[in-house]
Amino acid sequence: MTIDQYINSSIGRKTVMAATGLFLCVFLIEHLYSNLLLLFTDGGVAFTEWSHTLVHSMLIRLIEIFLFLAIVLHVVQAIYITKQNRESRPVKYAVYKVDQTSSWFSRNMGITGSLIFFFIVVHMWQFFVPYRIMDTVGGEGQTNVAQTIKEAFHNPWFVLLYVGSSAFLAFHLNHGFQSAFTTFGMNAKKYKSLISLFGSFFAFVIIGLGFSIIPILFYFGIAGKTF
Amino acid sequence: MNLTLKIWRQKNSKEEGKLVTYQVDGISKEMSFLEMFDVLNERLVAKNEEPIAFDHDCREGICGMCSMHINGRPHGPWTRTTVCQLHMRAFEDGETIVIEPWRAKGFPVIKDLMVDRSAFDRIMAAGGFVSVNTGNAQDANCLPVPKADADESFSAAACIGCGACVASCKNSSAMLFVSAKVSQMALLPQGKVERKDRVMNMVKQMDVEGFGNCTNTGSCESVCPKGISLHHIARMNREYLLANITE
Ligand code: FES
Repeated sequence: MTIDQYINSSIGRKTVMAATGLFLCVFLIEHLYSNLLLLFTDGGVAFTEWSHTLVHSMLIRLIEIFLFLAIVLHVVQAIYITKQNRESRPVKYAVYKVDQTSSWFSRNMGITGSLIFFFIVVHMWQFFVPYRIMDTVGGEGQTNVAQTIKEAFHNPWFVLLYVGSSAFLAFHLNHGFQSAFTTFGMNAKKYKSLISLFGSFFAFVIIGLGFSIIPILFYFGIAGKTF
Repeated sequence: MNLTLKIWRQKNSKEEGKLVTYQVDGISKEMSFLEMFDVLNERLVAKNEEPIAFDHDCREGICGMCSMHINGRPHGPWTRTTVCQLHMRAFEDGETIVIEPWRAKGFPVIKDLMVDRSAFDRIMAAGGFVSVNTGNAQDANCLPVPKADADESFSAAACIGCGACVASCKNSSAMLFVSAKVSQMALLPQGKVERKDRVMNMVKQMDVEGFGNCTNTGSCESVCPKGISLHHIARMNREYLLANITE
């Protein structure tokens, strides 16, 4: 079987979703690490230096390309799969109690995924574009990135957007994380509950709480006192 | 018991169907769901009306023919039960019950509640067999099979191919069925010879039949009358991945 036949099979598509999803999880961990540097009371030096290191590393720039590729693949596959799944039931049920047999979030990865995608666009436009493309932030004589972040989180709407999106991301990952392992064939009884337990911890505590705590701390003036 | 039944009536695969309401009285709680249908059909015939077509065969929960989506769930409200083993005591007197056929592109309606499940047969024909001649039953322990593998294979072999997994899945995916068949044979020495071709051909056929893509919601597992577990899907994914890497 050729590689494109594999990718176009139902299981192959799942593999692409799972692989790109897990890769994006790794990125999230790195992103969270960077964010947490903002909490140091060092005037944002650690954060600024780390961002500088990332931007000037060839390796990171290379990984960045894969990152965008992964997002595109994840989204394109998701759209294709959703479309195909819709078509696989042309006549709908009059009564359909699927709620009794599966969780809402596991069935609506498309909805949480779309919200996350919308968030990514806003987020990129807010921080990535000015810093990396327009060069209006973070250069010599310009406001540094840490300050831009602090300013943004004075706005309660942004705080709400960031916290809400972190929550959706958490629910998305709560299903996605363990689902990816099932897709890779790792779902033996022995460690199945361990994977889903860790998946939930990763989703809600590490990612959900980790990402939403930052805007909240900035909003209440607990973080960012030194810059 | 007196019941209001809303039953899907559809002349054939081409015409559109609709839910038709029937009032039935004098139903005993001890009747099975299919016996209730027998009573209703006899009354319809007596009134010179067209009886309701539905699938059934063994009526003892092993053939997988009885396929009704009852009040929003395949095989009705009880878990690990087929429609023929569902009894009227599962319902309240005066209740309204909505009965629909399995709904999936891969299972076109033939008439009323009967669907064409030959897609499953074609998936089986694509690889769900062992083509070595196994001869007569061998002496015990001639062919050693570890107990754990035998049990696991047996738990997959319990699948009766009823299609409830497809019916309940929000994506109409047939992964639980196909994975049970793949698992059952991949674990036994007799099935090892065609192990790789089997999984590749069965998945290929599954995709051709127009079933949706699995998103691991686990709905199939919870409605399966035989309790086939989701980890068979994981095994099939693994088999498929390995077969593709090594073939
Ligand atoms: S009629 Fe055979 S399983 Fe129900």
